[in-house]
Amino acid sequence: MVETKKAHIYTVSGLTRDVRMLLDTTFPEVWVEGEISNFHVPSSGHCYFSLKDSGSMLKCVLFKRSSSRLRFNIEDGMHVLCFGRLGVYEKQGQYQLYVDIIEPKGKGALYIAFEQLKEKLQKEGLFDEKHKKSLPFLPGRIGIVTSGTGAALKDILKVLGRRFSGVGIMVYPVKVQGDDAKYEIAEAIKAFNDHNKHNRDPGGESGAVDVLIVGRGGGSLEDLWAFNEEIVARAIFESDIPVISAVGHEIDFTISDFVSDRRAATPSAAAELAVPEKTVLMDRIGSLNLKLDSTIKNIFDRSRARLSELSESYVLKEPVNVILQLEQQVDEYARRIFTEAEHYTDIKKSMIDIAAGRLRALSPLSVLERGYSITFKDGKTVKNARALKPDDRIVTRFAEGRSASRVESVKSD
Amino acid sequence: MKEMSFEKAMDKLEKIVGELEEGDFSLDASLKKYEEGISLVRLCREKLDKAKQKVERLMRDKKGDLKRSSLDMDPE
Repeated sequence: MVETKKAHIYTVSGLTRDVRMLLDTTFPEVWVEGEISNFHVPSSGHCYFSLKDSGSMLKCVLFKRSSSRLRFNIEDGMHVLCFGRLGVYEKQGQYQLYVDIIEPKGKGALYIAFEQLKEKLQKEGLFDEKHKKSLPFLPGRIGIVTSGTGAALKDILKVLGRRFSGVGIMVYPVKVQGDDAKYEIAEAIKAFNDHNKHNRDPGGESGAVDVLIVGRGGGSLEDLWAFNEEIVARAIFESDIPVISAVGHEIDFTISDFVSDRRAATPSAAAELAVPEKTVLMDRIGSLNLKLDSTIKNIFDRSRARLSELSESYVLKEPVNVILQLEQQVDEYARRIFTEAEHYTDIKKSMIDIAAGRLRALSPLSVLERGYSITFKDGKTVKNARALKPDDRIVTRFAEGRSASRVESVKSD
Repeated sequence: MKEMSFEKAMDKLEKIVGELEEGDFSLDASLKKYEEGISLVRLCREKLDKAKQKVERLMRDKKGDLKRSSLDMDPE
């Protein structure tokens, strides 16, 4: 039997404590890279998982107060970097990593969070076409959710003023970055919707808004992050007012862009989507107005010509009062055209009067009123004395009445 | 007719001009259409012609009520 010289004899607790202190001092701060496995969160809210690689594994714990700052969801299989300190859970003699910071290896945490939320909301159907509302063609009032001091608001106001000055504009200034931004943006969208509930008439004095522009100028992914938050996405989705999102530059796409009713590449582009160009519309109205005037003038000219023809043929067959009726109609039309067209056409009153006057002059009745008469033989007008011979029966029509006669003699000029 | 949206009024106006140009209506019917067209021209111009409105601001105050005020911002 060999007597071994015993060194200091530890208790289990004592040894464990010493190991803990050794680890505390040797590994107060480490970064560790590995793959997540056995991730679970019991009722305490603390996150437990292991980091492993091909050779080994390390138990980890992420306490609730640190995990609340997480921007993405931890899943088994993810490759991550963890920062923390090594310690020992003395009760079980288990060494573990107390994690302060965890981030995905390769892609950034923000990017992963973006992908996760995008997938989740897409599955719920928030991005579906069928939920997208069309924008009003001519809004009466535009609501804007953006920073009160940024360039974005200035750009939007400038473009709106250029395209359609006078359109109603209402701004709800908000923070557009930082932790509070998402709450303020969502609140602003809700505020406009609440405002509309009490103000039914869009564009009128009451102040209801019929389209919203929500956005901000360019920045980093961190800067734009509020527009990737779920609370903002849901506020946009639930808005009864159509929403145009205008976040950052051309190449930035945020969750807000996917869920809104239209996406604009920039705040200026959003203003262009929101209103049409007033001058273009004015020109269109003007040209339609001209067409109306010239067309009615043509119709009037055609009617005048037709009426002349009719007058000449009617006098042979119809009684006088038909001609009188036609003349009265012409007068009536002339009066109506003049009254309606006074401000809108270039038909001058004198032209109408002249036309009406000419018509009257052309009318056979006015000729008759000057003392002329028309002679008929066998129903046909007699223009030449040579068509008659003595004893022919003729009918003479005067301005008033007619007579029947027998020819006595005929003489040529 | 005042309830008609700008878009609808413009569409109707285009339609009437087309009908007058193509059609062979009686003078009576033509005048009726012309009058309707002119009213629509007037209506459309009214809808575009808005006086310059102030840019307003919407906020919630401490009590949670919505408040409108004018925004100190020169859009030009």
